[in-house]
Amino acid sequence: MTTTDPTRTDLGFTDPDPRRTGPLDRIPGLLLPIVSVLLAFAIGGILIWLQGVNPFYAYWVLFSNALGSSEGLVRVMEKSTPLILTGLAVTVGLRAGLFNIGAQGQLLVAAVGAAWAGYAFTVPAIIHLPMAIAFGMLCGAAWASIAGVLRAYRSVSEVITTIMLNSIAIALVDYLASRPLREPDQPLSRTPPIAETAALPQFGVIPSGFILAILVALFFGWFLVRTTSGFRFNTVGLNPNAARYAGISVRGTIVLAMFVSGALAGMGGAIETLGVTGRFEPAFNAGLGFDGITIALLARANPIAAIPAALLVGTLRAGAATLQFETGIEPEVVDVILAITLLLVAAPIVARLLFRKRNIKQTKVTSGWGS
Amino acid sequence: MSARWAYILGGIITVGIVIAFFMDEIRTVSVLSFSLRYAVPLILAAMVGIICERSGVINIGIEGQMLMSAFAGFFGAAITGNLILGMLIGVGSGMIMGGFLAVGAVTWRMDQIIAGTIINILATGLTSFFYAQGYVLPGVTPIVRIPLLADIPLVGPVLFNNGLFTYAAILISIVLWVLLFRTIWGLRTRSVGEKPSAADTSGIGVQRLRFLNVTFAGALAGLAGAYLALEAAGTFERGFTAGRGFTALAIMIFGAWNPLGAMFAAIFFGLTQGVASQLQADEVLAIPPQFVNMLPYVLTIVLLAAVSGRISPPAAVGKPYEKD
Repeated sequence: MTTTDPTRTDLGFTDPDPRRTGPLDRIPGLLLPIVSVLLAFAIGGILIWLQGVNPFYAYWVLFSNALGSSEGLVRVMEKSTPLILTGLAVTVGLRAGLFNIGAQGQLLVAAVGAAWAGYAFTVPAIIHLPMAIAFGMLCGAAWASIAGVLRAYRSVSEVITTIMLNSIAIALVDYLASRPLREPDQPLSRTPPIAETAALPQFGVIPSGFILAILVALFFGWFLVRTTSGFRFNTVGLNPNAARYAGISVRGTIVLAMFVSGALAGMGGAIETLGVTGRFEPAFNAGLGFDGITIALLARANPIAAIPAALLVGTLRAGAATLQFETGIEPEVVDVILAITLLLVAAPIVARLLFRKRNIKQTKVTSGWGS
Repeated sequence: MSARWAYILGGIITVGIVIAFFMDEIRTVSVLSFSLRYAVPLILAAMVGIICERSGVINIGIEGQMLMSAFAGFFGAAITGNLILGMLIGVGSGMIMGGFLAVGAVTWRMDQIIAGTIINILATGLTSFFYAQGYVLPGVTPIVRIPLLADIPLVGPVLFNNGLFTYAAILISIVLWVLLFRTIWGLRTRSVGEKPSAADTSGIGVQRLRFLNVTFAGALAGLAGAYLALEAAGTFERGFTAGRGFTALAIMIFGAWNPLGAMFAAIFFGLTQGVASQLQADEVLAIPPQFVNMLPYVLTIVLLAAVSGRISPPAAVGKPYEKD
């Protein structure tokens, strides 16, 4: 590892030569993601053009509908909320050297957990709402902890376990919504609606879940850099042996990091249920977990940078349906644009172009199998 | 898993199968055939993992490689109206995806798990975007019954009455075992995966061998994807591979990075799924279908937890090689 300052860890990214001096060196952290996003849009534009649609018009439709009206803005905020949180979930994992690909599953069990806590109790809102959110977070944290404990005590790669837990979660929530938690006498497999006392309020047009997500991101921006626990996460992530030598419990930190990561993804699921959908249906919440990876890597594992990254992804997601309606372009074009963004930001393609350096140093993020 | 436990488990399963065969011949044969068919893509995908990891490269992108090849194979066959051509297109696109990982993980020395994850996300995005309805295959690849051998009770109808891909998967496992443990290529590959600096000193081009192995392994992922589209399902849907590429990695570990071990591990996986489905269909066990669907994933986690620490991966796996 070349970087020692925990605020500047280049997790898995092209690391420009620190000795080089030049005007670009002050802003590479910002430049790389921005150029990557622009390039990805250009490539996406070519795809749109190949489908016979003017790409400028398509992008205009995509953004103007999402950002041009208050309903559009609310939708962007709603879409971005779970994305900020799953992005944070992946970020916290990466900081501790864990690659949590299971944000999707953690979010799902939390969404169904929050739905249950939201309809099964009759208590005042002041207790009900925090309780439902906390229960959802706990579900997500418990789900992630399976992977955390297995990683810490049995050296089982969290990459495989979290992916498997995603598939298990999909089947589990489907079962829960179709049997034990099903709304009685209804043709659809879904839970009953949550009580009003558990619903997240809106401040004007701004959903309170969105504000909550921003606050949590800011908190983690502080937590990971300024607290001892955050320092432990970073140390274990950068060098587990050094951490062990310094007296940090590596196992404990791994379990805790995975727990926190799952709780964050879980918060995304709980807010989705309590603030947007109002109940749980298995068809909801598809695909949010992978976006979390893109966001975390686009934000270079910086919790505060996860906010604009999530807003970008959220805007694309919010506008995708309108895009299809207006131009006939499949909404999956957003998946392609995001995948290319991820490719450009994580692979040393753009960095080579920008910094004209052949041998760019790559830092290791994940720990591979065991160890 | 230690060899002794593998033999004990294998023995118990064999005795169980024979008993089941005498109790209910038709069901036993159908469950076993299902198990083998279920195992085929897992076997092929596990071979991809074995080749890559034996060379020192983690391939978490098998899932995406398979998905892309299933997509290319299906639409290739549907548009050209030729199954063989579709298969070749699938295999070719698997190799391109393999080359993609090779560039990222070997040439650029990226974090290997990130490189594989990008492949998965890219494949999901591209196949969803370009997916179009209304295409049909000219048929599915035929079942080839091997005369005489197929008449052996129990073994015959299960092993010698299959599609081409099934024979290919078993054959490839055996051939790969020979290649890995009995040829110069195998020795070099293993040395590159265990101690690349020593391999380099003895004159082996570490980067070159890794690049070629990862690329050609992609062809097998292509075969697995083509199997799913052209033989198993005869169609293509979004998210078609359903996590098989990841399960295959667990099978690779369970089989101790040994092609034959992984082949038996994959068949064991298929067997659990086959037995569970049969019991559920017969309403012997009143388990909801969702729990049957969960089974391979739960089994993956349980087995990984059980065998961890007992077998170890190639020493240099996951570490990009840099000359000192």
